[in-house]
Amino acid sequence: MPKAKIKKEVCKGCGLCVVNCPKKILKLTEREINAMGYNYCQVSDPEACIGCAMCAAICPDCAIDVD
Amino acid sequence: MPVFHKTKVLTDVPMHYCPGCTHGVVHRLVAECLEELGVAGKTIGVAPVGCAVFAYNYFNLDMAEAAHGRAPAMATGIKRVRPECVVFAYQGDGDLASIGAAETVHAAARGENITVIFINNGIYGMTGGQMAPTTLIGAKATTCPYGRDPKVNGYPVRVSEMLAQLDGPSYIARVSTHNARAVLDAKKHIRRAFEKQIEGKGFALVEVLTGCPTNWAMSPVDALKYVEEQVIPYYPLGVYKDTDKEVR
Amino acid sequence: MARQLMKGNEAIAEAAIRAGCRAFFGYPITPQNEIPEYMAAHMAENGGVFVQAESEVAAINMVYGAAAAGFRAMTSSSSPGISLKQEGISYIAASDLPCVIVNIMRAGPGLGGIQSAQGDYFQAVKGGGHGDYKLLVFAPASIQEAVDLMFVAFDKADQYRMPAMILGDGMIGQMMEPVELPPAVDLQSLPEKPWCLRGWDGQGERRIVSSLRIQPEDLEPYLNEQMKKWERIKEDEARAEEYRAEDAEILLTAYGTPARICKSAVEILRAEGIKAGLIRPITLFPFPDRAFRYHAARPEVKGFVSVELSTGQMIEDVRLAVDGKKPVSFFGRCGGAVMSEDEIVAFVKGGAF
Repeated sequence: MPKAKIKKEVCKGCGLCVVNCPKKILKLTEREINAMGYNYCQVSDPEACIGCAMCAAICPDCAIDVD
Repeated sequence: MPVFHKTKVLTDVPMHYCPGCTHGVVHRLVAECLEELGVAGKTIGVAPVGCAVFAYNYFNLDMAEAAHGRAPAMATGIKRVRPECVVFAYQGDGDLASIGAAETVHAAARGENITVIFINNGIYGMTGGQMAPTTLIGAKATTCPYGRDPKVNGYPVRVSEMLAQLDGPSYIARVSTHNARAVLDAKKHIRRAFEKQIEGKGFALVEVLTGCPTNWAMSPVDALKYVEEQVIPYYPLGVYKDTDKEVR
Repeated sequence: MARQLMKGNEAIAEAAIRAGCRAFFGYPITPQNEIPEYMAAHMAENGGVFVQAESEVAAINMVYGAAAAGFRAMTSSSSPGISLKQEGISYIAASDLPCVIVNIMRAGPGLGGIQSAQGDYFQAVKGGGHGDYKLLVFAPASIQEAVDLMFVAFDKADQYRMPAMILGDGMIGQMMEPVELPPAVDLQSLPEKPWCLRGWDGQGERRIVSSLRIQPEDLEPYLNEQMKKWERIKEDEARAEEYRAEDAEILLTAYGTPARICKSAVEILRAEGIKAGLIRPITLFPFPDRAFRYHAARPEVKGFVSVELSTGQMIEDVRLAVDGKKPVSFFGRCGGAVMSEDEIVAFVKGGAF
């Protein structure tokens, strides 16, 4: 099954994917930041990902691949 | 199985937009539509003045950068001499509905065979949050710091409803980006607006409601919630004109 | 090739089509209306496009688009309308695009009047729009010259990738004269424009037409290159006609139709024993400095008289060229009024210096 894969260095940490994920498995880091200085998104439970690509649909930065 | 990869019609240049600004979403939808329609190789885009002023860095297309509000006129000039090309203008609300209102109305009235993507977030983002022609009554901006007062600032312009009155346009629709489902729906209308041009049917415009977390002083999530709860009631979504079928 | 009697505006329009113009965008304003009217009637049959725009602002931005797409594009207007086009002209210049703008000048400022004037010299030559840019400015004194300069304007605009302006006073647009129209250029013979927008097929670099250079480290070098280009243009493209100037002691100078009145004044003055002559700038940018420098250095020259249909604009460039070596005085009529040769003669004899 296709899975969401976050491109950590492209993510601006806006959190729109987090609220649009039907399985609620996306989370922003609390302490770690990427090179741009943002708390970035992570898939907390990859096994639970259903590959629906809702996160990719709302991501403004094309920071999520689903494959 | 849904598989998602970034379209090749966007470049790899990181977009300068603020976190949570859905300009990036709309760029992607436009690029995906052009790719899926197989017309990217003959498309010329016209970028506006405003937050999307650097759009030519992000679309992997031949691009022009217009003067403020003049994108429909520039697109007209391009399309008239290169009718074989797909030509679109990408504009914000200050650009399209204020300084470029005349260019917009008359490109629509001429039925100019171009596609216009109109980003409505009710604010001048690039210049730092001034009142736009589409700013809602009561909403605060740096040039209406106590909230938009119709006695002082007049009323917001409903562009899609206004343009739908004209005979020229073939397609006018308002969509939103407030959640993933809305985005998927928005793409259908953007695709339709490009199909109209490819079919030679004339002016097509899709108004896309977006947020401006930075200048609205909200989190990205709250900004899109505001779009859903406050903006859409004033700017209802839907197809306002479609010369191929009865609407509304 | 037979000569025919044509109105200036119509001859200008026909010459533009023959010079390869295939996109015209205009808006009505007196006294240039016959140009868009002619284009509306004849552009399509020549495979070109005509749009009556909603405003001069829109028209120049349509030119911007068509020029970006690589076509010989043009607009025309008259003074108040040219003011409205300044934004677009600045953008077109900053995007390194060729186009031609015709200004059939009327009297200003403001709504002014609709009679012939030359009050837009500063606007045409010194900028008009914002920022550092130049236009190639051509000033015909007859309809034949307007026709001939139209071909030059399109060619030079392409060569230097910058806008060119035909600056004619109202009489150039409105009077009729016999004119010989050159044959149409073969569009296939024109140089290619590899930079033009046409849709990117993935081969080579995609094309971007933009006037935005947001970093000083990008904009300053660009403008420095422009300065070098303007210097080359000053060196290579200045044009002037001299009339009985070689032994003249009094040098009139005028562009456009006042230059023709000056020629009559020169004849009258010569008949009365006053050695008068004329320098007629044909290009206003680049200004033909060399002709003025040459005559200013001649010991027998007493001075220069700038004769204009304005309150005195070109005189500033005359003074710069003469560089204090000889006195420069001004004689003009303005507001739509036109001087007679007798008025010029009286001014010279009344002690121009």
